[in-house]
Amino acid sequence: MRDLTNEILELIRRTSSDLPPDVEKRLRTAVGQEVPGSAARGAFEAILKNVELSRKNSSPICQDTGTPIFYVKYPPGWSTLQLKGQIRAALAEATRKSYMRPNAVDAVSDRNSGDNLGGDDFPYIHFEEVEGSQLTIELMLKGGGCENVGAQYSLPDNRLGAGRDLAGVRKAVLDAVQKAQGQGCAPGILGVSIGGDRGTGYVKSKEVLLDELGTRNPDPKLAELEERLTGEANQLGIGPMGFGGKTTVIDTKITGLSRLPASYFVTISYMCWAYRRRKMTVKGEEIIYA
Amino acid sequence: MREITIPISDETIRSLKVGEPVALTGVMITGRDVVHKWLIETFIKKTRPPQGEDMQVYAALKPILAGGVIYHCGPVVSGLDTKQYKFVAAGPTTSIREEPYQADVMRHFNLKGVIGKGGMGAKTLKGCQEVPGVYFHAIGGAATLIARSVTRVLDVYKLDFGVPEAIWVIQVKDFPVVVTMDAHGQSLHEVVEKDSARVLADLLAQ
Repeated sequence: MRDLTNEILELIRRTSSDLPPDVEKRLRTAVGQEVPGSAARGAFEAILKNVELSRKNSSPICQDTGTPIFYVKYPPGWSTLQLKGQIRAALAEATRKSYMRPNAVDAVSDRNSGDNLGGDDFPYIHFEEVEGSQLTIELMLKGGGCENVGAQYSLPDNRLGAGRDLAGVRKAVLDAVQKAQGQGCAPGILGVSIGGDRGTGYVKSKEVLLDELGTRNPDPKLAELEERLTGEANQLGIGPMGFGGKTTVIDTKITGLSRLPASYFVTISYMCWAYRRRKMTVKGEEIIYA
Repeated sequence: MREITIPISDETIRSLKVGEPVALTGVMITGRDVVHKWLIETFIKKTRPPQGEDMQVYAALKPILAGGVIYHCGPVVSGLDTKQYKFVAAGPTTSIREEPYQADVMRHFNLKGVIGKGGMGAKTLKGCQEVPGVYFHAIGGAATLIARSVTRVLDVYKLDFGVPEAIWVIQVKDFPVVVTMDAHGQSLHEVVEKDSARVLADLLAQ
């Protein structure tokens, strides 16, 4: 089996330092909507300047290089054991090269491992066997500030007057955005899952973020709710960094899961403006980065 | 943009108002979750006896913090092997986690400025009025840009807390921030929170 350690290292470098074009484009639109001279406008200007500098210097966009979450889709014939070893080796090397901050802290001893490897589950790697001949590895870096403002609601919720339907989902999501204020590094991107158990709810609310911004759910009811939530979240006026402003949420993505008759979870993963995700595809000898 | 040098006088602090952009120059330290808990437990509430070099570190920090600034930041630092430390990426972390500790740390050290992101609550705002002090908001995620304002790493303490949680003593030049909580009881965060809560109530009623 081919050793991909260096190629994965390059994937990590790109993910940490080079903001994807769809995210940058949205930020460039947002800056023009804020009043010149306002704190919100200044925040967007600094954000965009930082995006350019990080790309140029191969340095982290954000010092919180986040929880590294890998999604590996492999055709038959690849060893997940070896791929896991290569991903871990690449991550430790990326940390030595300052593409990544040492971010794995043992929750019991408080010790930072120093190399971003912490037990079996840090980094977290999702493996899925697929048909065909292409291997893809996607990496998402999700910072702690935005992870901390993620939320899970169990409907019905009396406080919000939210029942077990899409109207209730809407209320839960808006409440989560208002509670987050600027603390998740607004403007955010919302990944929402409806249903599941508590665990799959959070897993899927992150996975739904992987699609390009602007991609709508094929179900017209959910697509409509996605658009509506982005619009209404922006009426809250929280703005970039919570300074007050026009753009609080850049996009909303919703996925529906199966649930038990007894449970109705709405899970919100809040992604900060510095939404770092990149993908590499191994196609024969060729490696394509996107 | 107003240029301010650290240490900062009471007079300068009182002249700062919410919304004002400021460029900071001077020596400051980084300190976040572990550092605040350690300062409170070891030196302020004294619920934990000093260990190892704790007292020496305390003695070294006191003059830097008097009239000084603490930065809620867990940087990416290069040169860890050679000790030729350089800040590569150094944006702010979310400040609200220090809300239980911050006002007491400000009072104890006569700390004039706290830099972070997301703002802080009523307890810290009261501390800002008493000390007096202000909360400076840096731009979250703008890590490479902000690292350029860090001209030198002068020292590091408690590196055993890990790179992000250690106390880095840094020289900064024209470090860009905005005052979002001032010494007169004004907080931009309180205003935005209240306004957005009103809009939310209207939306939930629909």
